[in-house]
Amino acid sequence: MKIVVCIKQVPDTKGGVKFNPDGTLDRASMMTIMNPDDKAGLEAALRLKDQYGAEVTVVTMGLPKAEEVLREAIAMGADKGILVTDRVLGGADTWATSQTIAGALRNLEYDLIITGRQAIDGDTAQVGPQISEHLDIPVISYAQNLRVEGDSVIVERQFDDRYHVLRAKMPCLVTALAELNEPRYMTPGGIFDAYKAEITVWGRADLKDVDDSNLGLKGSPTQIAKASDKVRKGTGEQVTLDPSEAADYIVGKLKEKHVI
Amino acid sequence: MDFTLSKEHEMARALFREFAEKEVKPLAVEVDETEEFPKATVEKMAKAGFLGIPVPKEYGGQGCDVLTYVMCVEELAKVCGTTSIIVSAHTSLCCDPILTYGTEEQKQKYLPDLASGRKLGAFGLTEPGAGTDAQGQQTKAVLEGDEWVLNGSKIFITNGKQADVYIIFAVTGIIEKKGRKTKEISAFIVEKGTPGFSFGTKEKKMGIRGSSTYELIFTDCRIPKENILGQQGKGFGIAMHTLDGGRIGVAAQALGIGEGALDRTVAYVKERKQFGRAIGQFQNTQFQLADMATQAQAAQMLVYKAARTKDQYAKDHKTSYSIEAAQAKLYAAEMAMNVTTKAVQLHGGYGYTREYEVERMMRDAKITEIYEGTSEVQRMVISAALLK
Repeated sequence: MKIVVCIKQVPDTKGGVKFNPDGTLDRASMMTIMNPDDKAGLEAALRLKDQYGAEVTVVTMGLPKAEEVLREAIAMGADKGILVTDRVLGGADTWATSQTIAGALRNLEYDLIITGRQAIDGDTAQVGPQISEHLDIPVISYAQNLRVEGDSVIVERQFDDRYHVLRAKMPCLVTALAELNEPRYMTPGGIFDAYKAEITVWGRADLKDVDDSNLGLKGSPTQIAKASDKVRKGTGEQVTLDPSEAADYIVGKLKEKHVI
Repeated sequence: MDFTLSKEHEMARALFREFAEKEVKPLAVEVDETEEFPKATVEKMAKAGFLGIPVPKEYGGQGCDVLTYVMCVEELAKVCGTTSIIVSAHTSLCCDPILTYGTEEQKQKYLPDLASGRKLGAFGLTEPGAGTDAQGQQTKAVLEGDEWVLNGSKIFITNGKQADVYIIFAVTGIIEKKGRKTKEISAFIVEKGTPGFSFGTKEKKMGIRGSSTYELIFTDCRIPKENILGQQGKGFGIAMHTLDGGRIGVAAQALGIGEGALDRTVAYVKERKQFGRAIGQFQNTQFQLADMATQAQAAQMLVYKAARTKDQYAKDHKTSYSIEAAQAKLYAAEMAMNVTTKAVQLHGGYGYTREYEVERMMRDAKITEIYEGTSEVQRMVISAALLK
């Protein structure tokens, strides 16, 4: 069984967020982590590896620095890492990203592709399902549980108030939720092995069956008009009044601001 | 001279820190209050490979260097002194002597279980009458047929009741040299559950209170002849060499405790206000912090240097790391005591309460000046090398 897990290096929100002048994230200067949903997807793949001896390949698209997240995945137990990096791929939105990753995945054999539901820096939840469209394979999103039975995967797909149990024949794509599992830690020995492992680096020329018009900033239908860090709210106005006075005060304020 | 850590070491540190913050820190207060051995944490550490960091892969370990192991103990100690010494005693005092002195059969038999954490290790040298004076040993081992028969007791044994494999030292004879009689000491591997091996009192301690510190009692305890570790009569050397390694582990523990107390103090003095200002704005606080940070940094250099020297030993057995280990432990332990005491002082009345963790760190720090060779013993080791 061959499993490909798509992972992303995302800013560690604990370290603050910085932007480039064009409104895109300044990824080079921020602390980074493996996207939590992707990490759960990787753990799901590693559990299948433990169970069935699957081969797990991790793929990421990003700056050369994104190699770190592949090494982290290898230190957790993944077998191979592929970094897709090229200047012409920069500034990609979800469409261009999914086209890029699909172009890379066309070079690989796979039974199962696992992506995270969404990345904490974009929160779109689009890339996984888009990849499945480009590759023309079934997708089950929002997996909160996942197992393999014969040539199929059986997935619990999460909804607000229920979950659906779905079966899909492999090859297929599953998008994982962080609550799918508790990801394992890297092992100390795994870290040293991961730095000895060779990371495959692919550029634009290695992407299969993708048109230039679908890549990078130019191939992105979505353009970022403006981005900013969260503006911290002040403490506001505090008054101490008895309940009826307080109600009148609030109503007065709402009228003043034309809310009511 | 390059002081930068490799990317591998940086990533390993990030791993140890994440584990410590998520798995160890939330339990540190409870472990101290209840004095209960953190069994679940040890199982998690076993799963993550933390119990066999410097053990070669061929024996089921992680195959990493001593520096990586030291960083693990350091990061654990920043949040919990108890948890850090469990790893240190297991690795330095049980895995290491088996790796260094064990026969191939002994290595194959014990190391995979120890390095994977399926079994926990301990080391029994100290006796009621034999602490710093290791020659005062009373525990005896007599060879009867194919078995060694052990009689005696050991005290203050870390991982005491929780361990499965013990390195035990006992007197196996009397040697006469130039008319003077000295005890011949040998080392043995003893397994939990061996008839005649039982546990005595549990120590009630000032610090590292979740660590299982017990008395071990041997009453006609019969172990197989092949469980002698190293040659008969070489036990004293084995004990001293093992303690050289153990001291690096304790030095790392002391380093972590000091660093942990410093981190908390820096955070506290930014928040705590007196006379309308954060106390970090007072020059006394600033100068105290500067001294604490400088001492912690110096301790880290000594500890890492000792680890690096022990790494050299792995490649070339002629390298000695005895002095480096003694200096690292001496300085790091005294730094830990000094920094935690200052941390409590800077926290004022709150620092004396159990609500703030610096008081626990101060209690935990004290033992690092005592076990695996007191600071006085370290001074003896260092000065003896200077004056030889």
